[in-house]
Amino acid sequence: MPAEKQPVPFRGAGFDPTPRRFASWIAFAGILLAWQAASSTGLLPELFMPSPDAVLSALARMSASGELWLHLGTSIRRIVLGFLLGAFAGLLLGLAMGIFSMARAVGLPIVSALFPIPKIALLPLLILWFGIGETSKVATIALGVFFPTAVAAKTAVDGVARNLIRMAQSFGTPASAIVWKIVLPGALPGILGGLRIAASIALILVTAAEMIGAEYGVGALVLGAGNLMQTDKLVAGVVLLSLMGLAVSFGIGLLERRLLRWR
Amino acid sequence: MQLIARAVGHRYGALEVLAGIDIEVREGETLALIGPSGCGKSTLLGILGGMIEASAGSVELRGVPPAGCLNPLTYVFQDFALLPWRSVADNVALGLEHHAIGRRERKERIEAVLALTGLGDFADAYPRQLSGGMRQRVGIARAIAVRPAVLLMDEPLSALDAQTRELLQEELTAIWARERTTTVYVTHNLTEALHLADRVAVLSRRPGRLKQILEVPIPREERASPAHAPMLAQLHAALWDQIRVEAAAADREVADAG
Repeated sequence: MPAEKQPVPFRGAGFDPTPRRFASWIAFAGILLAWQAASSTGLLPELFMPSPDAVLSALARMSASGELWLHLGTSIRRIVLGFLLGAFAGLLLGLAMGIFSMARAVGLPIVSALFPIPKIALLPLLILWFGIGETSKVATIALGVFFPTAVAAKTAVDGVARNLIRMAQSFGTPASAIVWKIVLPGALPGILGGLRIAASIALILVTAAEMIGAEYGVGALVLGAGNLMQTDKLVAGVVLLSLMGLAVSFGIGLLERRLLRWR
Repeated sequence: MQLIARAVGHRYGALEVLAGIDIEVREGETLALIGPSGCGKSTLLGILGGMIEASAGSVELRGVPPAGCLNPLTYVFQDFALLPWRSVADNVALGLEHHAIGRRERKERIEAVLALTGLGDFADAYPRQLSGGMRQRVGIARAIAVRPAVLLMDEPLSALDAQTRELLQEELTAIWARERTTTVYVTHNLTEALHLADRVAVLSRRPGRLKQILEVPIPREERASPAHAPMLAQLHAALWDQIRVEAAAADREVADAG
């Protein structure tokens, strides 16, 4: 090398994400504006794709007439009931499978066999059993929530660090206390992740079940509006579903931040 | 208390890892266990504390447990094994729960060991907020809070950087000077063994057998002084002589297996 000075250029930049706080809002607003513009200029025929402001006014009309709250309230009641039932039972079985060898030996093959069934396929059977009313819909949702919750809870218990369990044993902690103090808190992140997935499944199932046989509910609203070519109401229903999904995700996020502060 | 192992052997399936170990840990001493990697040091420590069931032989605890002893055989782990969802004080509390001691004594014990390990200001911190050295101080505090009859330390400093290790060696020396807890200390670090132990037990390569027990004839508190450096160097050389060939053989063995 000749004896000349060469500055060393910086070349390590570029791949770390940096926050762009307003970019997402601007993009969102941009899409809405473009949509609105396309509708106003007639590029998007109103009959097939209503403009954002038509959707908003459909929401306002349904809100004023109470129709919106009837559909929304019905769907939320079904989701909450089905989710609570399915999650509670799923947690019980999943934790049992994670903790007890016998429960695992018996439960795991059954759960693995039934897990892949799309639960909406069971709705006709559940309607035969329970009738077309609320029970069959809630049961479909509960089943849809039950399996992913059980599998997530079992996997989460499996994932609890063995060294922590051995540590507790070495301090003479009784088995029941090891479950309460090591296994459950250690499995909590995985369990909450499973509940997040289960909640999105519940939303899919409530929509599908309400499209198959329901008078009220957001799924029934969307289907009915489609049959009458009321696309503004149809898209309004889709917006409601999207908002419900966001609300669920927000709620679980809140739970995670509260319960998993130690992470 | 004394901890006595008689004819202890262990196999994992067809793999024999320990054979015919007779060892006596004396009251109040620190006994280091060293040996080439894979020689079964950690397995032996697990057997000594009742966390691994030996395939052969027996282990016996003899003597009177110290006053207030809640868990006679208590471990300090290489990976610290702290509960990430508990604060420092609550991690220390774990060993005190499920024992018949009052709320007040529990609190006093926690405060005392946190002060002893220099964690007084970190009682409410969570493990993720602490450095490796501080985490292992929590592990040590948790162990001495139960006033163990025998402290079983499984490579407690090997996950730490060299400077932190040095600091913690000094702190352990100070703690032992006060508490004189009987200790078995597994390490692969000869220097660490020679700084901390009263006696150093050398295991052969797999299946681990007891090759030699070497006495360190310098008071622990004086070992850092340069005056003793030549003698420690001699002991180090003697230990390394014992282990070198075995370690090289063990190293090749692992390489072949891979």
